[in-house]
Amino acid sequence: MNFKHKFVFLFPGLFVLIGILIFPIIFTIRLSLSGWNSYTPEMNFIGITNYIRLFTDDPRFWESFFRLSFLSVTTVILQYVIGFALAMIVWREIKFKRFFRVIFLVPMMTTPVIMTVIWRTFFHESLGPVNDLLGGLGVKPILWLSDPVIAKFTVIIVEVWQWTPFMFLLLLAGLLSLPKEPFLAAAIDGASPFRKFVYVTFPLMAPISIGAIIIRLIEASKIMDTVFVLTSGGPGTATETSSFYIYIKGLREFQMGYAATLSFTYLVIMIISLTIIAKVLTKLMIKE
Amino acid sequence: MSKFYTFLKYFFITFWTVFVVAPFLWAVSTSFKDFQSVNSKVTYIPWLDFEPTLEGWRVLIKSPAKGGVDIVEPYFNSIFVTCTASLISIVLGTLAAYALSRFTFKAGFVRNNDITFFFISQRIMPPIVLSIPFFIFLSTIGLLDSLLGLVVVYIVLLMPIAVWIMVDFFNRVPKELDETALIDGCNPYQAFYKVVLPNSIPGLIVAGMFCIIFGWIDFFFAFILTFTEVQLLPVKVVALNSSITPWWSLSASALVSVAPLIIVAFIVERYLSKGNLSGALK
Repeated sequence: MNFKHKFVFLFPGLFVLIGILIFPIIFTIRLSLSGWNSYTPEMNFIGITNYIRLFTDDPRFWESFFRLSFLSVTTVILQYVIGFALAMIVWREIKFKRFFRVIFLVPMMTTPVIMTVIWRTFFHESLGPVNDLLGGLGVKPILWLSDPVIAKFTVIIVEVWQWTPFMFLLLLAGLLSLPKEPFLAAAIDGASPFRKFVYVTFPLMAPISIGAIIIRLIEASKIMDTVFVLTSGGPGTATETSSFYIYIKGLREFQMGYAATLSFTYLVIMIISLTIIAKVLTKLMIKE
Repeated sequence: MSKFYTFLKYFFITFWTVFVVAPFLWAVSTSFKDFQSVNSKVTYIPWLDFEPTLEGWRVLIKSPAKGGVDIVEPYFNSIFVTCTASLISIVLGTLAAYALSRFTFKAGFVRNNDITFFFISQRIMPPIVLSIPFFIFLSTIGLLDSLLGLVVVYIVLLMPIAVWIMVDFFNRVPKELDETALIDGCNPYQAFYKVVLPNSIPGLIVAGMFCIIFGWIDFFFAFILTFTEVQLLPVKVVALNSSITPWWSLSASALVSVAPLIIVAFIVERYLSKGNLSGALK
């Protein structure tokens, strides 16, 4: 095939993407070397001062990063387990199969911030239905949003509600595309449902699982909308994630230079850690 | 054993269904309440627990001058930005995906997979990292607080999704299809347009739906990059939350905002059950 044509197909998309992104990325790197803040809003050059500050004198960023890791890994594990279970159930014939499939998909179609606004009224400590119903059972009001530990779990609940459907969709699409022969063979051998899952379904689903988990980890690491509306990082800094901390530094305190340092460092850490996670998962799940 | 398993199965999906539906039911109920029935004690069922009122829904279409919320304009803004950005992303993304699936690229150590990864990796970028430079970038070219500016930004969000889905999809469309078309005297563009595209409708629909979902649900860029001239739906609803929090109009506007995409859930399910999605989503 003619040599030139392939570029005609590829270049419009590639150049539009690069064209839009090149400025922000170069600008972020340059900005991270400047002391741009509300007192001196200019692109001066202060070398790696910001980076030294980040690595020696900013425990809050690292705390927010570990909090983010905890939140995203926990939510993704929960989403994977629940999503897989749901997908397994509606994969085979079951009453109202299509109804359940639609219901299980609905949350991912809803706007996270908007649903979080609803969740906030839902978990309201005196006027929300959760504490009211629990109160009916004799449970003391739970401080869903103002207790530093419980607030983390509230964020997890909302995230799991919002994004389990995505996991469910990817896994169900995977299940539906599996070849039939291995299952027939297992049925002839008279394997129990449990053994069938461990020796047939799960290994066949391993590559799809890895893909789904990585995609969800990428998206979960950006967790921001939920935190922003539900708790605003609070109480204190109990639910503050990296993105939210960068937001506070950059767009509330206007320490643009330092926020750019945080952004760039964060991006590098994310790319490295996601690559490592992808490699480790591939090793763990595909043994043979 | 098997009875217990069946019980467990139905218990689990019933529990999950209730969990999924609960916030919607609560929102529907709240949208018909007034000040009294929200603030005195927790109420659930209209007529039984409280006297329903349409006030929460009425303020949605009133103009702000009369104490209304006016979400009509943000609604159309959201539709415009989402659809335009999705369309551009799909067109450019599909072309690029076709190239990456059919031709071999070599530039130094860069291969096809690396280019595909470059496209998809843009999803790793947290919105906050991009929002500060975009803020300055758009204000330099005068597109801050405008629909066009948002479309430009949303292309970055959506094109990776289009490329991700379409590369996998094209890899499943047999190569013989284009080869036959070329032998029949088509040039590569005709082969793509007349033969490959018509066979890729399911993939295009899935990619389109994903772009629309992820465009419609974005909040952060709209929140940072627009102020008064242009407002998108999520920003408008969240702004309601931070003011005096009238729960009834909040719930009503939330329901109106999430309603259109619920239809997408039905379309996705249909493709899933027909088996078209499995190819497109792996």
